[in-house]
Amino acid sequence: MTSVLQHPGYDEEKLRRVTEQTPCREAQTGLLLSLMGQPQQYSYPSIFVYGHRASGKSHVMQVLLKELELPHATISCVECVSNALLFEKMLLSLFGCEAASLLPRTPSLSDFVRVYRHQCVDSPATQTRYIVMEKAELLRDADVNLLPALLRLQELVDDNLTVILLSEITWDKFRPNTGCYEPLVLHFPDYSKGDLQQILSRDSHPSYSADFYSSYINILLGVFYSVCRDLRELHHLAALNFSKFCEPLAEGKVKESDTHKLWRNIEPHLKKAMQTVYLREVSSLQWEQMQQMEEKEAGALKGLSAHTHVELPYYSKFLLIAAYLASYNPARTDKRFFLKHHGKIKKTNFLKKNEKTSNHLLGPKPFPLDRLLAVFYSVVDSRVAPSASIFSQISSLVTLQLLTQVSHDDQLDAPKYKCAVSLDFISAISRTVNFDIVKYLYDFL
Amino acid sequence: MRKNRSIMSKRKAKYAHLPIGESITQVQSMLRERLCNQRLPDKPEGTEAQHKHLLELLRRTAIHGESNSVLIVGPRGAGKTMLLKCVLRDLLEDKEAQKSLLQVHLNGLLQTDDRIALKEITRQLHLENVVGDKVFGSFAENLAFLLEALKKGDRSSSRPVLFILDEFDLFAHHKNQTLLYNLLDVSQSAQAPIAVVGITCRLDVLELLEKRVKSRFSHRQIHLLSSLTFTQYLQRVQSQLSLPQDFPDVKFAQDWNDSIKTLCEDKSAEEALRRHFNSSKDFRSLHILLMLCLSRVTVAKPVIKPADLLEASRLCFVDAKANMLHGLSILELCLIIAMKHLNDVYEGEPFNLQMVHNEFKKFLQRKSNSMYNFEQPVIMKAFEHLQQLELIRPVDGSAAKTQKEYQLMRLMLDHSQIMEALQKYPLCPTDVKQWAMSAFG
Repeated sequence: MTSVLQHPGYDEEKLRRVTEQTPCREAQTGLLLSLMGQPQQYSYPSIFVYGHRASGKSHVMQVLLKELELPHATISCVECVSNALLFEKMLLSLFGCEAASLLPRTPSLSDFVRVYRHQCVDSPATQTRYIVMEKAELLRDADVNLLPALLRLQELVDDNLTVILLSEITWDKFRPNTGCYEPLVLHFPDYSKGDLQQILSRDSHPSYSADFYSSYINILLGVFYSVCRDLRELHHLAALNFSKFCEPLAEGKVKESDTHKLWRNIEPHLKKAMQTVYLREVSSLQWEQMQQMEEKEAGALKGLSAHTHVELPYYSKFLLIAAYLASYNPARTDKRFFLKHHGKIKKTNFLKKNEKTSNHLLGPKPFPLDRLLAVFYSVVDSRVAPSASIFSQISSLVTLQLLTQVSHDDQLDAPKYKCAVSLDFISAISRTVNFDIVKYLYDFL
Repeated sequence: MRKNRSIMSKRKAKYAHLPIGESITQVQSMLRERLCNQRLPDKPEGTEAQHKHLLELLRRTAIHGESNSVLIVGPRGAGKTMLLKCVLRDLLEDKEAQKSLLQVHLNGLLQTDDRIALKEITRQLHLENVVGDKVFGSFAENLAFLLEALKKGDRSSSRPVLFILDEFDLFAHHKNQTLLYNLLDVSQSAQAPIAVVGITCRLDVLELLEKRVKSRFSHRQIHLLSSLTFTQYLQRVQSQLSLPQDFPDVKFAQDWNDSIKTLCEDKSAEEALRRHFNSSKDFRSLHILLMLCLSRVTVAKPVIKPADLLEASRLCFVDAKANMLHGLSILELCLIIAMKHLNDVYEGEPFNLQMVHNEFKKFLQRKSNSMYNFEQPVIMKAFEHLQQLELIRPVDGSAAKTQKEYQLMRLMLDHSQIMEALQKYPLCPTDVKQWAMSAFG
């Protein structure tokens, strides 16, 4: 701990507790506190705080307001899907439930301000009241007037009130067309590697020494730091993998000080964790179970994305293959791929310039139904009647979201489709019907 | 209120020396009230002519029962509300005006349609259909009732009503502009005397009005366009920060005012203030700057130093996007560099994740560096994080239609922003830096 916060008007004991609970955020806490001033003084009408995810925005605000016992309302904009909920919650936490019940059923901003002013007459502010809005970027999608009104709420309700907006997105993307009352913009910088190390090392395991845990955190950061700087995610990963790290110690193979051997043991394990737990392919519970079963190699369990294999009827498979071919091949090459007596055509000569770049880079192209059927009849060996079931299979592929219909202008007459599956998926499908799809793909010629 | 304080100060003047902590508290609360709560100044600064004009106009309504309409137009933070409040304060010092004038305050942000506005008007005028603070009757009844009440009045007998419409341009978006039409119609005909004062920041507000509404408006506009020179700006800074004569501790106030004066004369502080002056002349951004300075005043350091002003100015001018780029992981930064190269090569054409990944792979192959060899899903996760931060934005909104890796995106960053962020990035690997510098991939 460096220096303890100091500010007149607040109890020193409380400030000490605040400092303890907000490691590596001394500068930000100090700045916020000095902007808030003493409880009875006015504070700036609106403060906008931005910073990366898990940089301690909500936490610092919460700790400050809770420990210093300031009257406040904390509102998450995700929860408040309607204005009515928002207003009710504000009144509830600032004035108690009688005030909230005064609101009409579908309150407008005007009603909210009226009720607030009414309450203020009974209980005028002796200290600054705070309204903290988390995930404030969602306010942009709400009512147009809501954000500008919140920013000048102090003036509208004529009370000692400060609105604090927390967001991951910069203020430039919030500003309404005709402008608004500009808030005071503060930035919470990201934690540096040292900060992360310090914070994560705080919750060391009681049965091991602090240095041991801190060396574990060091290894963990060495693997994950280049990909992830989210404190919460790292915290979660650290908690999940610690038992594996301790394993050799429990078996008595190595001593605590033998860092190199411990590193050799844990590093491949952590690398595997990046491909599984970090992506939520394997849930944390499954991961823990896997660590219990020693004989089973971690990651042998099928992840979520391994379950993409779908059972389809025979013709549906060919329809999907045909759709894939139609989507990823230029139409001019169809003759060469699917006709029997084609001449030998060089790849480079006859194609336009934009067709030369790989379609697997640009994504699937839309194709008409006729082309799909033509390719389908060419890849299916047997004679298939264009029965109703074939067409209904196409539309059921659309409902399964394996195909997407592109233009909605006409349902029956010449609809256009796009194939929405990956190469891995289609290769697996074509393997089941003994069809070599790579031979027919222009990109891999 | 003001009188009260002057009495207090006289009493305190005898034993004038307060402990320093208390003086600082006094300074903080006094200046905070000025900067945050927009406390009214004693006399208008720089807007004497407009003040006189508006005061005369409203006095004619309040005392002689003349109906008027006027618009106060000016950019945000130019002191429109302040001017109006000053005028009202001065107007109400007149006993006769105070007795007769009724005020109705409406705000375009709150009264979003005519029904709500009408209820608010009846409530604020305490008409007969109000019980407690509930208003009864439908929209049509309310309107008829209100118009009836206004029509019955005449110039000599009924009390004048002052309608103040804040954010006037938003009222012009109401359906059929019924409220504006009726208010301006009453102000044009010989009915109850009313004055309609609109406050707006839109210069083209008259174009928003319908023809019939526009023709009933008196076309009297008061413009608050700032013609501030830098010396006036400096004076404004000084007057905003200095303590009044009736401050309890005279000695401390004297010292404080002297220190503010030396602050304004300091070369580096003046330069910082000039930068602010050049970027905007409105008072709110100045208040933010001064508020940041003021927050650095403590018992241990009871004056504002030029260094505080410079620090506050740095906080105001910091580039938010550069701040966000600073906190990205190496992988995300590499993706941004790949996007920058794609933008350079294809001249701003939108790109998708596959192309970015391809570009990134080219870099890895050339460097034969396995350190950043991440799998596609890990890269996808980083890409999605960039999208959540709105550093990249999809070209069209239809997210569900295409697969994630083929959705076309645009980079919302500048070339120079990326390069600057790269310079400041902590522990940036040299090869990544070189890759970013090289012109083509």
